[in-house]
This record gives sequence, C-alpha cells and structure tokens, in this order.
Amino acid sequence: MSLLQISEPGQSPAPHERRLAVGIDLGTTNSLVATVRSGVATVLPDALGRPLLPSIVRYLPGGKIEVGYPAQARQAEDPKNTVASVKRFMGRGLKDVAHVESAPYDFIDAPGMVQIRTAAGVKSPVEISAEILRVLRERAELSLQGTLTGAVITVPAYFDDAQRQATKDAGKLAGLNVLRLLNEPTAAAIAYGLENAAEGVYAVYDLGGGTFDLSILRLSKGVFEVVATSGDSMLGGDDFDQRVFCWAVEQAKLAPLGPRDMRLLQVKSREAKEHLTAHGEAPITARLSSGEFVDLSIDTETFCRITQTLVQKTLAPTRKALRDAGLTPEQVKGVVMVGGATRMPQIQRAVAEFFRRDPLNNLDPDKVVALGAAMQADVLAGNKPQGEDWLLLDVIPLSLGIETMGGLTEKILPRNTTIPAARAQEFTTFKDGQTGMSFHVVQGERELVADCRSLARFELKGIPPMAAGAARVRVTFQVDADGLLSVSAREASTGAEAAISVKPSYGLADADVERMLRDSFQHAKDDVHARALAEQRVEGQRLLEATRSALQADGALLASEERASIDKAMAELEGLLSGMDHRAIKRAVEALNRATGDFAARRMDEGIRRALAGRRIGSL
Amino acid sequence: MQSHFDLFGLPPAFALEKDRLEAAYREIQSRVHPDRFASAGDAERRASLQWTTRVNEAFRILRNPVARGRHLLELHGVDVAFETNTAMPPDFLMEQMELREALEEAKEKKSFDALERLKGDLRDRKAALEKQIARAIDDKKDYAGAAELVRKLMFLDKLDEEIDLAYEEVD
Repeated sequence: MSLLQISEPGQSPAPHERRLAVGIDLGTTNSLVATVRSGVATVLPDALGRPLLPSIVRYLPGGKIEVGYPAQARQAEDPKNTVASVKRFMGRGLKDVAHVESAPYDFIDAPGMVQIRTAAGVKSPVEISAEILRVLRERAELSLQGTLTGAVITVPAYFDDAQRQATKDAGKLAGLNVLRLLNEPTAAAIAYGLENAAEGVYAVYDLGGGTFDLSILRLSKGVFEVVATSGDSMLGGDDFDQRVFCWAVEQAKLAPLGPRDMRLLQVKSREAKEHLTAHGEAPITARLSSGEFVDLSIDTETFCRITQTLVQKTLAPTRKALRDAGLTPEQVKGVVMVGGATRMPQIQRAVAEFFRRDPLNNLDPDKVVALGAAMQADVLAGNKPQGEDWLLLDVIPLSLGIETMGGLTEKILPRNTTIPAARAQEFTTFKDGQTGMSFHVVQGERELVADCRSLARFELKGIPPMAAGAARVRVTFQVDADGLLSVSAREASTGAEAAISVKPSYGLADADVERMLRDSFQHAKDDVHARALAEQRVEGQRLLEATRSALQADGALLASEERASIDKAMAELEGLLSGMDHRAIKRAVEALNRATGDFAARRMDEGIRRALAGRRIGSL
Repeated sequence: MQSHFDLFGLPPAFALEKDRLEAAYREIQSRVHPDRFASAGDAERRASLQWTTRVNEAFRILRNPVARGRHLLELHGVDVAFETNTAMPPDFLMEQMELREALEEAKEKKSFDALERLKGDLRDRKAALEKQIARAIDDKKDYAGAAELVRKLMFLDKLDEEIDLAYEEVD
C-alpha cells in the first residue's frame, strides 16, 4: 500500500513480490508494450524480436483473427476485412470520421460509435482495439511469465471523454486491469524527464499517426505538472500519407479506385513519405487491378508544398497551449518530439523556427510513450519505494459543460483543470409543478451546444411539484484520475433527493463488456473460468497485502471491534484464495473493501495531518 | 465553513506566499493522490479521489485572485454578489467600454500586436487592482470596499478571456 510506503520508508515490496505491470502505447499506426525490469524501462519485443505491433487487425471467415504483421501483409489484398488505424474511430460516430470516402471499410453508422462489417461479423472499434491489446497482453505475460497485475494504457491528451471511455473498455475487454489511462505527451515527459533529470518548463510536440497533441509541462523534483494541453484529435501522420495519395491520384489522372487499389496506393504513399525523410526524392509505383501501371516520383519540395497547411495546422494549438499556460516560446526550456511523424524534416524545421531552438530528439519517438507508460505502471503497481517515486498532475483537455436554454453551453469544468476534479452548479425548474428535468452533457470550447461534442443525456425525475424556480437541482461533474467523467444531479430543496449517475453514451455498459469478454474468450478457446480465477486471486492477494500494510502502519486508528471485523473479513478472504470459486473470492474481496471503508477515510485524514505537521497546524 | 487556507496551513490573507502554497499542495498531493492508491482497495481509492478533488479545488481557488478574494470575503461574512450586484462606478464602466472597443478594433484588424498590447495593459491593471485588494482586506479590514474591488477584478478577468478567444479568431 502506497500510503504506508510514503509515511514509513523502507517498506517497498521485496523483489519476489514485484507486481507485473506494463505500459501500453495503443497507437494509430503501431502499438507497443513495455515494462520496467531491474529498474530500467524496456520495450517487450515479439517472438521474432520485433518491438512494434502494427495496429492492424484482419478478420477471416470462420472467426480466425490476425493481428499485426500478418494482417499488414494482407491489407492490400483483403482491405474490407483488414482494419488499420482503428484508433481514429474510437468513440466516434460516422459523421466524425475524416476521409470516410477513402477508407475501404463497410461502415455501419451505429448509435454512439461507428461499426465495421467484416467477414467475421460486425465489429466495434472497441472490439478491434481489444484484439491489439490482447496480443500485447499475451506477449507480456509470456515474456514476464505471470499474470499481469495491471496496465497503463496511453491516450492522446486531446482525446475527449467518449474516446477515453472506449479505450478503457477495450482494455477491459482484452482482460487487462487498467491501472490508469495516461496522456501520451505526459508519458513521454516522464520518460524524457527521468532519463535527463530535466527541470523547468518543457513542451511535448506529439504528432502520431492520427492525432496531434501539444502539452506544456512543468518538471520539478519528483513532480510532473501539466500546465496546459491542446491539440487536434483528427490530425496526424496519416493525413500526410493522404496528401501524397491524393497528389498521386491527380498526377496519374486515375479514375475512382476500388478498395484494393486504394489501399495499395495508400501503402505506397506512406512508403514514399517515409523515404523522403532521408532522401530528396521517392518513387511511387503500383500495378492496379485494371492492369494500369502507376509510375510517379515525388520530390521533397513537392511534398513540403502539399503538406504545408498540415504543418501550419499544428502551430495553432501550439500557440493556444502557450497562451493558456501564460508563457512565451522563449520560456520553454526544451521541446520533446514524440511520434514517428515528427521525423519529417519539415516538422523539425517548423518546430525549431517556432520555439527558436532545436527540438530534442534523443529518445526514439516511436518508443518514448510506451517507456513512460511502463514507468508510470511500475509506480502505480506500488513497486517503487518512497523517494524514488513521483507525482503526476494532469489536466482535462476540453471544457465540460451542460446545455442551457437556447442551445448554449454552460461550462462547468473548464479545460486545463487539474484532475481529479469536481464542480457543482445549481439549476432550477422553469415551469410550475415541473417534476422532471433533462440534462445534456457536452464537451468542447464553443458557445453553441451544436458545435460541441455531445457526451450524454439524462433525466432527473421525482422532483416534488413546486413553483417555477423554487426547486434547487445541484448537478455535479466529477472527473477521475483517468480523465473520465461522471455526472450526478440531486434535488435538495425539500429534502427529497433523487440522484443519477451517467456514463457517456459512447461508453459500453458493464454488461456489454462482460458479454463481449465472454464471446471473445470462447472464441479464443481460452478458459474463462481459469482466467477469472487467476484474476480474482491476484486481486484478493493484492487487497490482503494492502490491508496488512495499512494495519501495520495505522492499526492504532482502529477501535478493537473495528479491528476484529477487518480481521474476520481478511481471514475469510484468505481461506477462499486457495479454493476454485472465483465468485466467492470476489464476494470476499468486496466484503473486505466494505469492512475497511471507514479505516481508509481515517488513514487519509491522518496522511494529511502528517503532511502538515511541522507546518502551521490548521483546523483539520 | 472550512477554510481553504487552513487546508494548506496558510494564514487567511489575500497576499499569498505562492511558494508556500505550492509546497503544501504538493506535500498533501503526494500523500492523497490516486496514483498512490492505484493498487489499493475500493474504499481507499474512493477516499483518495475525494480528498484529491477537494485539495485540487482548494488550490485552484487560492491560486486565482478573484476566487481567493471571494473565498476570503465569505470567511468574513461578506458576499461578493457577482450575480446580483452589477452596479459599478461610472468611470470604471467607461474604462471597460474603451477597453472593449479596443478589443473589437484589434479583432477587426486581425492585429496580433494590438492584442498583445491590450493583454499587457490588462496585466498591469490587474496587478494594481490585486495590490489594492490586499491592502483593503489584509491591512484595512475594509471588506465591503474589497468586495467592489474583487468585482472589478472579475470584470477584467472576463475581458482577459475574451482577448484569449480573439487570439484564436485571429490565429
């Protein structure tokens, strides 16, 4: 238990008790898994020694699934069933997806999130992402030889609530205990900051395959504080490929292409882009299904010209983040470059010009996010003793609010608010005798609701009838450490209360996740029961350990009968751990959690008292 | 009412030792933050979330001069009444109108430099106003007078936000 480690140094877990935790960079183009071994973060390669896993999933008739390189090899041949860049579709409706016309998939505009019809049935982006995560989990468990305690999965800082929720659901679906969703630039800052003992204000310029993030962080001894974040969740390296692709279609005067030719030419365009990083010219050649032969060559100058607006598009969010942070480019001590797309020379030049300093390129831009995530996972799993760990203070990227009369947005939590955060606002009825109110939760910076992202709608019923304006409905927004929102509303003026919690509409209900999990395990011929048992045992063991440390540190805070009931719950859980009934273990875990509820709250108060000891003692 | 100053062990004053506030904030966060409890039981995770949320909110209020002033005046039983009391002295309103006109003009001309000048001017005005508030609250204990100054500062904050939006339009 971490609090113990903080208040009582020297209690870090013995090496044999090290918990297996990984960091996962779930990227648009490639994904990686990394872990901390003997104090050093390393990327875990596959059996052939390859560190990257192409984020490509192919569905075959009969239910076989290929992920990574095998899927990539077949994408031009089987474009409809081979899904690449699925991250672009996470938490997105069909109308939000850029370049729909040039994506070769059979989209279904499902409510909330777009879905794709494949040879193995209709798949949601959450399920497709879960296949990638599952392969990474298996890779890690094989390599580390054990069940994972948990994983940190990274997301673009500019991901909204729906996209985050979808990512977390994918993690659950892949059988991962998601310790935390971590913003990609923050992960990169951790890796960079720890490696270089950096202090001061840094910018992280993160141009991934499908997203752009710009974060400003203040690094000081043991604290990583995100001051401002900005970006564009629909701009990335893929767009540069797309520009080259459109250029090629235009130059070769091609008629509209079928899915196969389209994918082929897209792959060739990407290769040309990568070639141009180190060369002045790149060939684009392809034999189309009509027999027509495309034979083009693109030079650096043309490439820079056709992508210039994209490069410029990254600078507007950069300026915005600096403004939000109240800083000038000169006050930034260094710019960390993240994402393979930052290798493009025109990007390097634009960044150097803007910040008037050469960007920092000493970490592999493809790996830095996964490495930072692994370091954070190591801390969250409780593997770091006091003094060696650090504190991470992150923010929400986009304002959260509620629709008010006239389709206007009332911001409740403004962007760049440090998380976790909660804020409440009071609303009232506008009609006499009104017994219900409906709420529309939105995310974004614009005045008009129509220009913001709709996250959820819910109704509060059972308001006692009163005169208009007399009811007092308190709406509370709570954002947790993953940046995920929950909203509750409560009418309190008459003492009659009604409360409701909403999950954004793009998030899957827990029951959905469970069903998909069951389906997928049956599919993979995995033993559901064995898996569940292993997970519950890890969970039970973890809780017992945590409770033991807590009792050792702060047992004095308990009255003897309280202590007795905790001891009893612990004994029960311990007795069940060696058994085979995962449901019974789960119940015992829940019972122990309930028994320690008050104790936990008291320990937290005690922690604060200790924090302030030596300072002026306040009236806590 | 629990004072946010007490939470950080600081004296309840408008003039703030920023370093002390930040040090106390970090010290408390390092003990209650959810990252410390990622592997703990549900009960502790919940308690940690509640505490961290509260500490973040208190920190935000103390760091922001308008929110800090309002909180401090509330502790002294004075309601700043942002929503209901909009009567401001005529000379102040006149000044506000001029500043807003300057903003509109900068927007029309899409002039970065004009926005920069306006932003700099506003920064000076805010700093001067904050000094006045500190004198009124901390030295003179003139809470009613301070309430009006805090309302003025809130006006300037709103203008500041509009300038930021204008930057985005010009960008």
